[in-house]
Amino acid sequence: MSTLEIKQLRKSYGSAEIIKGIDLKIEDREFVVFVGPSGCGKSTLLRMIAGLEEISGGELLIDGVRMNEITPDRRGLAMVFQSYALYPHMTVAGNMAFALRLAGVPKAEREQRVRVAAKTLQLEALLDRKPANLSGGQRQRVAIGRAIVRQPKAFLFDEPLSNLDAALRVQTRLEIAKLHRDLQATMIYVTHDQIEAMTLADRIVVFNAGRIEQVGTPLELYHNPANLFVAGFIGSPKMNLIGAVVRARTAQALELVLDGGSVVSVQPGDAAPGAKLTVGLRPEHIVVDPQGPISGHVEAVERLGNESIAYVSIGASLPLTVKLPPQSPVALGENLRLALNGHAVSLFGEDGHALGWTRPQAGG
Amino acid sequence: MSGPQTPMAHRGTKLMRTWPLLTPVVFLLLVWSIVPLLMTLWFSFQRYNLVDPTITGFAGFDNYKFLLEDPAMLAAIFNEVVLVGSVLAITIVFGVAFAILFDQEFWGRSIARLFVIAPFFVMPTVSALIWKNLLMNPVSGVFAWITTKLGFGAIDWFTNYPMAGIVIIVAWQWIPFATLILLTAMQSLDREQMEAARMDAARGPQLLRFVIMPHLARPISILLMIETIFLLAIFAEIFITTSGGPGDATTTLTYLIYLRALVNFDVGGASAGGVLAIILANIMAFFLVRTIARNVNI
Ligand SMILES: Nc1ncnc2c1ncn2[C@@H]1O[C@H](COP(=O)(O)OP(=O)(O)O)[C@@H](O)[C@H]1O
Ligand SMILES: [Mg+2]
Repeated sequence: MSTLEIKQLRKSYGSAEIIKGIDLKIEDREFVVFVGPSGCGKSTLLRMIAGLEEISGGELLIDGVRMNEITPDRRGLAMVFQSYALYPHMTVAGNMAFALRLAGVPKAEREQRVRVAAKTLQLEALLDRKPANLSGGQRQRVAIGRAIVRQPKAFLFDEPLSNLDAALRVQTRLEIAKLHRDLQATMIYVTHDQIEAMTLADRIVVFNAGRIEQVGTPLELYHNPANLFVAGFIGSPKMNLIGAVVRARTAQALELVLDGGSVVSVQPGDAAPGAKLTVGLRPEHIVVDPQGPISGHVEAVERLGNESIAYVSIGASLPLTVKLPPQSPVALGENLRLALNGHAVSLFGEDGHALGWTRPQAGG
Repeated sequence: MSGPQTPMAHRGTKLMRTWPLLTPVVFLLLVWSIVPLLMTLWFSFQRYNLVDPTITGFAGFDNYKFLLEDPAMLAAIFNEVVLVGSVLAITIVFGVAFAILFDQEFWGRSIARLFVIAPFFVMPTVSALIWKNLLMNPVSGVFAWITTKLGFGAIDWFTNYPMAGIVIIVAWQWIPFATLILLTAMQSLDREQMEAARMDAARGPQLLRFVIMPHLARPISILLMIETIFLLAIFAEIFITTSGGPGDATTTLTYLIYLRALVNFDVGGASAGGVLAIILANIMAFFLVRTIARNVNI
């Protein structure tokens, strides 16, 4: 088990720079999730760590030792590929033991280690099967088993759940979390799905276009996004991001005019009168209130059973997403008033960076 | 009687509807393949020599007996097996090597690919002539020039190593086909699987043995079958370079049949040879398919 440090890591294909200088330190036994939209370079970074892609610039240290020039097999890392990448002509046991076999580990020890891993993953009954005769979930577990058997310093996962159906995805997610607890191993996990990131990570690294946008625990990112990108990426349904102008600032309150004309008053933040801001409101932090400061018109209602999602036009370019209790009587086409329920309101400057967060004034 | 049609009745009516349309084609193909086969079989039991039309009548197994007792026949079968076997081995080895090579990215790859594929488009007669007169000729050939320059003297291929010479020519013609088939197979090899093997510390030979060859096993088996069918019928290269000689050193079964039928005008004996060739081809195919089926159990 080990630490992993990345210093100013860069990757270019020809003239296109894909990874643009990344600094990150991953602690022993930490579960770090790289999350970001497709094509932002998460896989590339993971593959550079694994040694499958050459490093164009910067440094990769594992346990303090420079790894840039070390071949993939000597870095002590194990990778679980998105397509599982099992060897089709070998049995499950053969797949799992392959690395040990090449390393010259004696047969008895090999079998012992495969048995232990198979037990952890409930693969014992499948050891003699070929990958072609396994279900998707079983193949996934074999791929993880192949990594476990090597007893690596760190596990690398590249979107391991994206080929599974929704139900299996939830179950496997829980199994991976349990595996992390049981093995006490350092894990780096790549996904584009923010729910996977939120549920699995000790720490999330949010990527965008080859750069890190923010690093933090899931709740830090949720409550305190560093910029508009993270604010929009983390959380489901997405945070409402509405343009606003500061109308007045007093010792007690900051008055904001939202696009569409509604005026909300929040506890003073770091903004001068006349400043243009973006206000971030979580859908779950907005409530229906006949005395509320925001007036709107219901454009759509989605009833999910455990909650209802209303899309309320307030005259801004996008409707406000509001998460309501399931029995909420809100109806399509209705005019209603909304208030903020006292939770954090995020403020972002014109450059998209957070100005810190504040709370609505009591009484809206 | 009404009610739902049974599947049987349904199939019956469908057959009735399509039968008139299918029949001409099926009939034509049947005639096309069966008639020559039956005629060959028929002639192989006849006394039939073009030089002497008075020799006629049923020969029983005499043609076969005569052939099998002829030492040239055994030599021809042996030569056939040597030729086909060597060419198969060489084309597979080079095909795999080229397929792996051309699967890599390197500068000028598409040009190099074109050059490797090119021999396939040269007519057998032409390539045999090129090899015989321009390359392997002991006096004016390029090879002789090179070996003489290097101080080894010239090799007279078609006198001293006739079978080797023909094997080289035929292999040169068939390596492109093997390369094409195996290259497409290489390109369908899962990249992540190769990367997984790299992370598992598999290097060159191990990668070849544990990942690449198992993946290529099936295309190789198909290649073996297709090539065998065509190689058993090799004729032009032998005709042009050695004419089956010196002695019977390069007389294969195909060439022997030609000698019997069109040099000795013994149609009966040639037909018997043809039937034996068909049997030989089937035996080879049977063993090939069986050994492959045993090795390829994906
Ligand atoms: N071998 C390559 N050559 C050129 N561009 C590449 C190569 N591999 C990846 N890219 C580019 O790098 C970017 C990041 O890819 P990737 O790391 O796979 O993204 P993701 O975050 O979805 O995993 C993409 O825009 C992709 O087109
Ligand atoms: Mg990816």
